[in-house]
Amino acid sequence: MAERPLLVFRQITKSFGAVRALRGVDLEVRAGEVHALLGENGAGKSTLIKVATGAHAPDSGTIHLAGERLERLDPALARRRGIACIYQQPALFPELSVAENLALRLEPTSAWRRVVWSERRRMAATLLSRIGADIDPEREVRTLSMPEQQLVEIASAMGAGARVVIMDEPTASLTRREQERLFGIVTALRREGVAVIYISHRLEEILTLADRVTVLRDGQTVACHARAEVDEAALIRLMVGREVDQLYPASESAPGAVRLELKGLCCRAAGGRPVSLRVRAGEVYGLAGLVGAGRTELARTIFGLTPADAGEVWIDGSRVSIGSPQAAIAQGVAYVPEDRRRHGVVLELPVGQNISLAAWRRIFPLGWLRGDRERSEAEHFVRALSIKTPDTDAAAANLSGGNQQKVALARWLATRPRVLVLDEPTQGVDVGAKSEIHRLVRRFAAEGMAVLLISSDLPEVLGMSDRIGVMRGGELVAELPQGATAMDVMSAALGQTPSEGAA
Amino acid sequence: MNRWIRELSVLGVLGLLLALLAWRAPAFFQLQPLLSLLAREAPALVVACGVAMVILVRQIDISVGSQFSVCSVFAGVLAAAGWPLAAVVPVAVLAGGSLGLVNGLLVAWLGLPSIVVTLATLVALRQGLNLVRQGEFVNLPERIQWLGLPQAQGQWLLITGAVALLALLAWGLRHLAVGRWVYAVGSDAEAARLAGIRPRWVTLVTFVLMGALTGIAAVMNVVQSPQVQPLTGSGLELKAIAAAVVGGVAISGGRGSLWGVLAGLLLLACIAPAMVHLRIDAYWEKAIQGLIILAAVMVEGVRQRRNHGR
Ligand SMILES: Nc1ncnc2c1ncn2[C@@H]1O[C@H](COP(=O)(O)OP(=O)(O)OP(=O)(O)O)[C@@H](O)[C@H]1O
Ligand SMILES: [Mg+2]
Repeated sequence: MAERPLLVFRQITKSFGAVRALRGVDLEVRAGEVHALLGENGAGKSTLIKVATGAHAPDSGTIHLAGERLERLDPALARRRGIACIYQQPALFPELSVAENLALRLEPTSAWRRVVWSERRRMAATLLSRIGADIDPEREVRTLSMPEQQLVEIASAMGAGARVVIMDEPTASLTRREQERLFGIVTALRREGVAVIYISHRLEEILTLADRVTVLRDGQTVACHARAEVDEAALIRLMVGREVDQLYPASESAPGAVRLELKGLCCRAAGGRPVSLRVRAGEVYGLAGLVGAGRTELARTIFGLTPADAGEVWIDGSRVSIGSPQAAIAQGVAYVPEDRRRHGVVLELPVGQNISLAAWRRIFPLGWLRGDRERSEAEHFVRALSIKTPDTDAAAANLSGGNQQKVALARWLATRPRVLVLDEPTQGVDVGAKSEIHRLVRRFAAEGMAVLLISSDLPEVLGMSDRIGVMRGGELVAELPQGATAMDVMSAALGQTPSEGAA
Repeated sequence: MNRWIRELSVLGVLGLLLALLAWRAPAFFQLQPLLSLLAREAPALVVACGVAMVILVRQIDISVGSQFSVCSVFAGVLAAAGWPLAAVVPVAVLAGGSLGLVNGLLVAWLGLPSIVVTLATLVALRQGLNLVRQGEFVNLPERIQWLGLPQAQGQWLLITGAVALLALLAWGLRHLAVGRWVYAVGSDAEAARLAGIRPRWVTLVTFVLMGALTGIAAVMNVVQSPQVQPLTGSGLELKAIAAAVVGGVAISGGRGSLWGVLAGLLLLACIAPAMVHLRIDAYWEKAIQGLIILAAVMVEGVRQRRNHGR
């Protein structure tokens, strides 16, 4: 392992108006190491990455690559120098084939050069096989799944001869198997001598994968440690600056009457199968399963986004018909969608308006909007969820990813729903905020809400749920009581008997 | 303060122009010509408000000029047939609203691109009008001139009416839930849908409102001249879109305010008379307007790039 650092950041600062996102960050990344970047939501990780890729110009500070100072970095130059970034949302051209996408990035750019198609296909195939991705270069990118697109991004980074590959929360929406494949690729990159900068809020990932860890807090480097020197508790302390109680809050009250009941509900058009379940008032019902098991589809059906074509929804003992999100809201159903980065918040609207967007009927009973009520409502949630924002008038676009997520959650908590459907509520949220959200969900349940919690984070489902339903292939295949083990859930999700094991 | 920076900067440019005029051509500030200028622009202001709202929901309506012609001729014919003004206004509003409804249904419910839909209705309405009217002028009765008031009073009334309408709409955009929805849908329709808003419904309402405002504007236009000529309103769509863009309404939807539109329209409207007073060749008018629009779009572009550096 080379000891001389490959990429060095010195005292990088960057402000957006009055917000000081980075205030003197130091980071040294060596060739052939996986360097994890850790920090709370809004600590400045993504901003630092954008400085490294030339998307943002730093206000001050220096960047050296292999001893050479990089000045006036822009995205094209960064790519030429071998700095590649895999954003969480792949930035490929959806209408073009995989091979064409790779060619656009990798082949020399001269407008009148003749295209040798066979050559182009061959290059794509070689690159894809080098990272072990089983993707046909002829396929159009829009037919690829998100993780497959990520693989194409990685292949393009490799093809460009990247010496530094940056991954900003790459595993947020991957299945277990895809995650493992990604880890395999990361390990292979390290073996080839590539420096990998890896950002994630999942500490267990970081602890298995990283060689060294740098922790950011409030735009400053607080520590850099070798993997062997730290454990989970130490990392959390460095990140948050205090101890975080990671125990899941216990349910405080006995569940009441049945609040939500699904009777054979499904949307066949979207490939669902009939699902029947009951959630009581005050109960947190966890929905486990692999990514693609149909949990999100079920949630969207309950919320009226994909209208059900069979089955019934009952709330508080009366049958309701939910054909649209408006009807769902009127019935007291709230749905915090997954993938909040895309449509969870309206990026151009201020934080306050985002929070009151769905609950306007409750917040403004007279019909017209009042700034004072909106502000006090929003400020309440900003405090309760510790959303990091200068004020409630800041555009949601200016918040860090995790904080946008908290805004999306706040919007639905503000509707004071009877039934709260949460789809991956803590994905991309830092440890401190995560336990904050858990506590809030518990409190709302204790006040009589029925909570349907979809999560791919197994410990979260196990720790939070009073009962756990497991879905596979669009069907509810098992219902487990509190106290079920990870093994029980996984074997049901995979459709195996426990003895075959979920290795 | 920061929120209004775009509107204030347009006002600043307008102020500079007025200062230049005050210095070089104080004659510009005679009351009567100024009043006439503003009254002539009053219908355009009302139309521009509608267009701005359509742009805010990330659509476009280039058929407003034709809608305006149809409504003007229609209102003129009714007035000539002896209808009282109090009856002409609601009927014109209804007529405009139904034209807007057609555009809105095609765009919101069939999901067709608004630029194509309204290009089609632009041509269809204009040709239909030619076919029916054969280029005939409508002679208007004396009694509706200046709303039946002395000219200066009528002009004041038109101007204050247009600004009051704008104030009302601006208030609604800021203080009613639907106004909020307009911005939400224009920024990200899917996100709005997930928040329980009906993007199609909001889009439809905006188009209908646009049509209804065109109906009002048509009446405001008709009462200012003794005749309605069938070509009235051609090119109005460009003026309205330009006013919106110069006033800071983002062409990509979701951002801007009607007060900015007012500032933008005033700036564009003052160019032509200012040039007369400053003795600049009238040929420069369009070029200067074009430059102003270009400058506005460039400011917008820089701003967006700065916001979403990526
Ligand atoms: N374009 C911008 N305009 C204004 N403020 C910004 C902008 N981009 C980022 N910020 C602010 O800079 C700070 C750091 O944000 P950054 O996205 O780097 O956080 P992060 O560490 O990646 O957080 P997360 O874990 O939530 O993704 C935040 O306070 C954020 O609000
Ligand atoms: Mg981030």
